[in-house]
Amino acid sequence: MPKRSPPGPLEYLRRWQMQAWLAAVGVFLYAPLIALMAFSFNDSRRNIVWKGFTLKYYDKAFNNSSLIEAFANSLTIAALCTVLSVALGAMVALVLWRFRFPGKTVLDGALALPIVVPEICMGVAMLVFFAKVLPWPVGLPWPLNLGAITIAHVSFSFPFVAVVVRARMASFNREMEEAARDLGAGEWRTIKDVILPHMAPSLVAGALLAFTLSLDDFVITFFTAGPDTVTFPVKVYSMVRFSVTPEVNAASTILIVLTVILTAVALKLQGDPAATAGAHGDGK
Amino acid sequence: MEQSWKQAKSVFAAALSAPLVWLVLFFLLPLAIVWAYSFGHNEGLTQIAITGTFKNYARAIEPLYLKIFLKSAWMAALTTFLCLVIGFPVALAITFASQKAKTWLLLLIMLPFWTNLLIRTYALIAVLRNEGYINKGLEAIWTLAAKIMPLQPFQPLEMMHTNFAVVVGLVYVHLPFMVLPLYSALDRLDKSLLEASLDLGAGHMRTLFKVVVPLALPGIASGVLITFIPALGAYLTPDLLGGPDSQMIANVIERQFKRANDWPFGAALSFLLMYLTFVAIAVQALLGRKKGAQA
Repeated sequence: MPKRSPPGPLEYLRRWQMQAWLAAVGVFLYAPLIALMAFSFNDSRRNIVWKGFTLKYYDKAFNNSSLIEAFANSLTIAALCTVLSVALGAMVALVLWRFRFPGKTVLDGALALPIVVPEICMGVAMLVFFAKVLPWPVGLPWPLNLGAITIAHVSFSFPFVAVVVRARMASFNREMEEAARDLGAGEWRTIKDVILPHMAPSLVAGALLAFTLSLDDFVITFFTAGPDTVTFPVKVYSMVRFSVTPEVNAASTILIVLTVILTAVALKLQGDPAATAGAHGDGK
Repeated sequence: MEQSWKQAKSVFAAALSAPLVWLVLFFLLPLAIVWAYSFGHNEGLTQIAITGTFKNYARAIEPLYLKIFLKSAWMAALTTFLCLVIGFPVALAITFASQKAKTWLLLLIMLPFWTNLLIRTYALIAVLRNEGYINKGLEAIWTLAAKIMPLQPFQPLEMMHTNFAVVVGLVYVHLPFMVLPLYSALDRLDKSLLEASLDLGAGHMRTLFKVVVPLALPGIASGVLITFIPALGAYLTPDLLGGPDSQMIANVIERQFKRANDWPFGAALSFLLMYLTFVAIAVQALLGRKKGAQA
């Protein structure tokens, strides 16, 4: 067997110091989450020492009707928010990419606001808005009762979608558009047959981003939600305030698994994360 | 080439109208109302009179609240610094990893970032609390040690509801925010410059501080900004992990809007927080421009 060569000058990953550092960071990031998931199977109410394997807390979580309702609310809101955010985000990205118009800089800046404004400020703005300007009627049939939260979620999600779509459109070859026009396609036809297909991957990426942002949001929802419109994070929050229970662990584990699946799907669709990491870093 | 909006008015109007209306009605208008309220005062239980007073801002810079602002800024700065120190080697390692390892490492960094913030904070509670994993581990070691030498009964380390817990929580939550922009800056670096520096006899540390850091400065700056802004406005982490004396500015704002029911004052506080955010962004933009002018 050939002896392994000593690490080259720039092969930092093969130095033990770097490996130890990475391992420590990995433990820091993952140990709490793995412990959380492991202890959801722990047969002990106090949830401190391992007492044996059980699924009873999953059973309990699934039979907790308010938890299930909150989960269903979260998924519904996330789905509605995704559809609206992708539509609005793609439209505004198209306008900003394609046209020269007065006030473009202002629109660009205003669109960046929901991304940079602290969550708490947006949360209180939504609280005030739905208390004073547009009081959302109580007791509307599902899913209309979720309208206020959905509106708030779309407001912070669609600018993110716009960022992702614009990044994609930067790689569009405008000659394709000219070719389409030379061949007789009108404005709408060009958009539908030439621009949209190029945009498609970013629409999928944007949709997954909007879905995760909506599912993940606590602060803004916390300020917008009424007593009868509880989302999953808000419900978990009230349970966590109360105590640390294996039931919360079980519910959290389900959400983590869902997130991992969604992320896996997103990465499969997007391809190499090394290529898209930059977009995520700037995007979120 | 971008075309003038006049050449395709119908497409332009159709694509712009919906997002514009949404942005104005459901984002800018709510913010404008809060801004207006910050110049008002409570009249009765539910009425707010907008009188153009600066009283709320004057109250916000009283020592009590000024201290909370300074403390929030300090905690956010400390968090950002720790994220930079912890995250930089990670970003460096990812940059120089093989293509396959790179994909996996990025995935490992991104996965917690996609996990629900509340769940991550909850996971930390289970680690830090008095009956948490750290204290249980320490207790086990302590009991073992007590067999060899006489020791006091084990006292758990009080970590929950302290500033320490809040900073740990903030670092835990924001680390990916730092690593990803650092990585995208380092990845664009010309590797031959590093090799040249090493060839010419500089050590790894010297190369790092004299070559890598200056070249990656824009990426470091954007990582710092992306970490600092959400950390400054953090609500959930200090709320769940902090104690009465580790409240950050977002917790004070929440209290004004929910329990204290003093909306005008809360509005003034939240706009001050927003101005602080804008100042941070402006400072970064100015620094970036200076850097660009020198180059």
